[in-house]
Amino acid sequence: MTDQATMNLVSFEDAVSRYDPLIGLETHVELGTLTKMFCGCPARFGGEPNSLVCPVCLGLPGSLPVTNRMAIEYTMKIGLALNCTIADTARFARKNYFYPDMPKDYQISQYDEPLCTDGWLDITVHDPAAGDEPRPFRVEIERVHLEEDTGKSMHVGSTGRIHGAEYSLVDYNRAGIPLVEIVTKPVAGTGALAPEVARTYVAELRDLLRALGVSDVRMEEGSLRCDVNTSLAPRGASAWGTRTETKNVNSLRSVARAVRSEIQRQAALLDAGQRVVQETRHFNEETGTTSPGRSKEEAQDYRYFPEPDLVPVAPSRDWVESVRAQLPELPGARRARLQREWGLSELDMAALRNAGALDLVAETIAAGATPADARKWWLSELLRTANKSGAELGDLPITPADVARVAQLVDSGVVNDRLAREVIEGVLAGEGTPDEVVTGRGLVVVSDDTALTAAVDEAIAAHPDVAEKIRSGKVAAAGALVGAVMKATGGKADASRVRELILGRLS
Amino acid sequence: MSIARAEVAHLARLSRLALTDEELDHFAVQLDQIISAVARVQEVAAEGIPPTSHAVPLANVFRDDVVIPPLGADKVLDQAPAVEDQRFRVPRILAED
Amino acid sequence: MDDETRPGEAMPAPDRAGRDRASELTRMTAAELAAAIAGGQVSALEVTDAHLGRIDAADGQLHAFLHVAADSARAAARAVDERRAAGDVLGPLAGVPLALKDVFTTTDMPTTCASRILGRWRPPYDATVTRRLRQAGVVLLGKTNMDEFAMGSSTENSAFGPSRNPWDLARVPGGSSGGSSAAVAGFEAPLGIGTDTGGSIRQPAAVCGIVGVKPTYGGSSRYGVIAFASSLDTPGPLARTVLDAALLHEAISGHDPCDSTSVDAPVPPVVAAARQADVSGLRIGVVPELSGEGYQPGVLARFNEAVELLESLGAKIVEVSCPHFSYALPAYYLIAPSECSSNLARFDGMRYGLRAGDDGTHSAEEVMSLTRAAGFGPEVKRRIMLGTYALSSGYYDAYYGKAQQVRTLITRDFEAAFEQVDVLISPTTPTTAFPIGERADDPMAMYLADLCTIPSNLAGNAALSLPCGLAPEDGLPVGLQIMAPVLADDRVYRVAAAVEAALTQRRGGPLLDAIRGPAGLPAPVLPTTARASGHGGSSA
Repeated sequence: MTDQATMNLVSFEDAVSRYDPLIGLETHVELGTLTKMFCGCPARFGGEPNSLVCPVCLGLPGSLPVTNRMAIEYTMKIGLALNCTIADTARFARKNYFYPDMPKDYQISQYDEPLCTDGWLDITVHDPAAGDEPRPFRVEIERVHLEEDTGKSMHVGSTGRIHGAEYSLVDYNRAGIPLVEIVTKPVAGTGALAPEVARTYVAELRDLLRALGVSDVRMEEGSLRCDVNTSLAPRGASAWGTRTETKNVNSLRSVARAVRSEIQRQAALLDAGQRVVQETRHFNEETGTTSPGRSKEEAQDYRYFPEPDLVPVAPSRDWVESVRAQLPELPGARRARLQREWGLSELDMAALRNAGALDLVAETIAAGATPADARKWWLSELLRTANKSGAELGDLPITPADVARVAQLVDSGVVNDRLAREVIEGVLAGEGTPDEVVTGRGLVVVSDDTALTAAVDEAIAAHPDVAEKIRSGKVAAAGALVGAVMKATGGKADASRVRELILGRLS
Repeated sequence: MSIARAEVAHLARLSRLALTDEELDHFAVQLDQIISAVARVQEVAAEGIPPTSHAVPLANVFRDDVVIPPLGADKVLDQAPAVEDQRFRVPRILAED
Repeated sequence: MDDETRPGEAMPAPDRAGRDRASELTRMTAAELAAAIAGGQVSALEVTDAHLGRIDAADGQLHAFLHVAADSARAAARAVDERRAAGDVLGPLAGVPLALKDVFTTTDMPTTCASRILGRWRPPYDATVTRRLRQAGVVLLGKTNMDEFAMGSSTENSAFGPSRNPWDLARVPGGSSGGSSAAVAGFEAPLGIGTDTGGSIRQPAAVCGIVGVKPTYGGSSRYGVIAFASSLDTPGPLARTVLDAALLHEAISGHDPCDSTSVDAPVPPVVAAARQADVSGLRIGVVPELSGEGYQPGVLARFNEAVELLESLGAKIVEVSCPHFSYALPAYYLIAPSECSSNLARFDGMRYGLRAGDDGTHSAEEVMSLTRAAGFGPEVKRRIMLGTYALSSGYYDAYYGKAQQVRTLITRDFEAAFEQVDVLISPTTPTTAFPIGERADDPMAMYLADLCTIPSNLAGNAALSLPCGLAPEDGLPVGLQIMAPVLADDRVYRVAAAVEAALTQRRGGPLLDAIRGPAGLPAPVLPTTARASGHGGSSA
């Protein structure tokens, strides 16, 4: 083991100025089929432990797998959306290794004959070193294959983790859920953008999978998991360096951090004249760094061979074409269309995507709001709230229709911007629909002239110098009096009416 | 010898078989004989011959995505050597590499 | 093992007349029994009790059964009797008792695969074959002994001691389905079910003097068959007559959606073929690679007589060479162990069965290794390590990959042969039953027992073994193997039935009447005529 403490830390910027990073990603996605990969058990997250299990997914002696047609179709969908070739003949293979959460002590996977090969996914990252200039990257896909998930172990002991556990408890509900593995070819030429390329690729892939309707892609529940491969080579070197594989990186932010920290760690090793060890590493969410997995006493030998309990999958041309015909508009094309329709800039669109607000904004617009209003409300008030509580925008208890209604209330002058924020606050607090909050909290703008005139007169009396300026033609000074009236009315006054009244009095 | 005793020990470990020294000695001799005998397959001129993994060729055997009621946790767990909290209790697992 | 379930104490001591009748019932064929039950001449319960009584008397020596399920067998028999009383039309095997190899899962009996590693495992589900037998009204007498995980040719690899050959208790009944074979040859059951991976039905059938059939791969479901080598395992029937085997073949066959390798095609008309019993005009190929040096003279003598007999019955005999058959044995001993090394990985002590060494000091990996070391016998360990070796990176292409290519070549040999002939024939085994202990720690010698049977497993085609007489030098049964193309299972029955009829006529009775009834083993011998007259009309 290399003791990192003995080495000089290398800053990320320094590392990428002297080394070229090469990254690769293996992404596992749990498919959203109704049933498991090889049996009729519900493929559901949660559930009482060991309640969603049968002889097949428990690997009982004598049981046999039968392939879920829908899982094959979903995988083809993913492959087609990633511009892959669908194999004429694909085969399942057994990957043999012993592990308590794997019921048969082998995993049914695909090896040398995967269902989909040779595709790509185009992404765009923004280069902060070049004024956030958009930079397109084509991430090439090596293969998309199908396998089965394992059970879940709970480690019991003082640490609560696998290290130092006294024993473990296994729940096989997850065992046998269809898992698609999407493997990229090595991505070169990213330089300092490597972490952002990795992150954006996963984000783009997530959006794609969501659009295809093949998975709920919830990283926090583990339905999308990433392994990140990283290696470094000195700038201009012809050969690539030794790579490490960082396992189970489970958020977009972590994907970028894992790449970043591996680049720094490997640069420090290479600087010190040491070798990078080819190994599996674990990402620590708290420290943002990686640590080595258990050292291998022997190289893993998975002894792959064709799964004799299953027959080959040989999708007909008709089947492939009918799946292709079912593909929805893909996120890249949709974004380009929406950007055009909404008249937003590339950066605005990027901001919407990063916030996970694209669909919400689209739905808000569909509910009647203008693109500018929809974008404004989701990216300001609501994003702040979400960030504060660490929630996703989509998880906030407010619907796009609610947001559209708030925008409409502002437009029609029922509330002003400030009151509108209170309306949103009320909706989020569960006080009802925007209209119910307006009524409940008494947030309607005061536009009754009788009430306003009194407040205007009071403000004029209290600020004779300002009043004098306005009388002498400096209309811009009215703002101060408007402010005073708004303050006096608790913000509920219709500001434009107040201004009219002031100017009327002092003309 | 076509297979060394150390290699047999490695195979035993890979196969999760805690063999005694006597067993290893015994199996090393027998496996050596068997491997020498089965190596005859290498005499066959098989250039360009595709492998057969299934005697009766079939393809595209699928199941519809329809739920079949699971066994139920009671039946799943009642044959288990050890159970705790409705889960299979297993000895400590060394970290996966 | 299951002393408490042995039927002995529960059985009322029968008087002499009762004993004779019981003895007579155990001598009858399945077809005769089913007809007698359907016709009301005898109840299914009486038939079941007769066989339980026979098991009680003989199994102490034969050790064919690992578990006798007297109570559930009687309950199943009563259910058949009730259905008959209610006027239901019974299936062609309703009420007939059967010995089920302990490799099939059963919800109401333990399933051990003759291994210690499964402990007292009670499967929560029935194998498809088990389920179909129950649906057919077949009475499951119990689970039979076998080589551990079906690996072997003698049942000596059973963790619970070997079964014995009814012809000579000092000899093996063959294997791995030796328990079912001994039970059928020893009149404990008219029918048995086995599995055939490299000859595990045909070879024990041959050395026990009964009929055993390996259907076309995928013709009978593997669901609930504890896997040895998935691409080879084939469940099939064991019986004393060709017709009985065909009836059983039909009862267990047909597409099973739970087995992806199950063939979705109509079951070949095996029962009709068994009744046809006619070989005139058929072209029959003799495979020279499956005879000659290393074959017992008496085996070859009987085989050659069978060839002459077929010719006399109007078949055209041709010699057809299958040059790659000589590589079948080495290919098999790479493919089967490779698949078994993976199939048997799941026996790790984590979820069911035996767990050894879990004293809090050992890791999961260590407990797995201790459990497997304690739970598996030597042959299973040998094959697991051999398979692990053959699949290892660096060796895969030279061993497993090459063996899969040999498999292609053997399949092509068969295809070429079946362009010239309708069926192929050979001896089923190079020798008759060998003495217990003779090959127990000589794996290579043991493996030779499957020399003639393995090619059909590698190619997946149908094959049958039929008794064709006794070897003069030891008086033990010799098997004739008949092989037909994939999904042409009916052909092996047609040829076998013709040979059976001719031999029975020549001999003046079934081969098993020649069983000498070894010392201490009460042989329920009745004159053939008495058997026929005892049920006048029932089989008409």
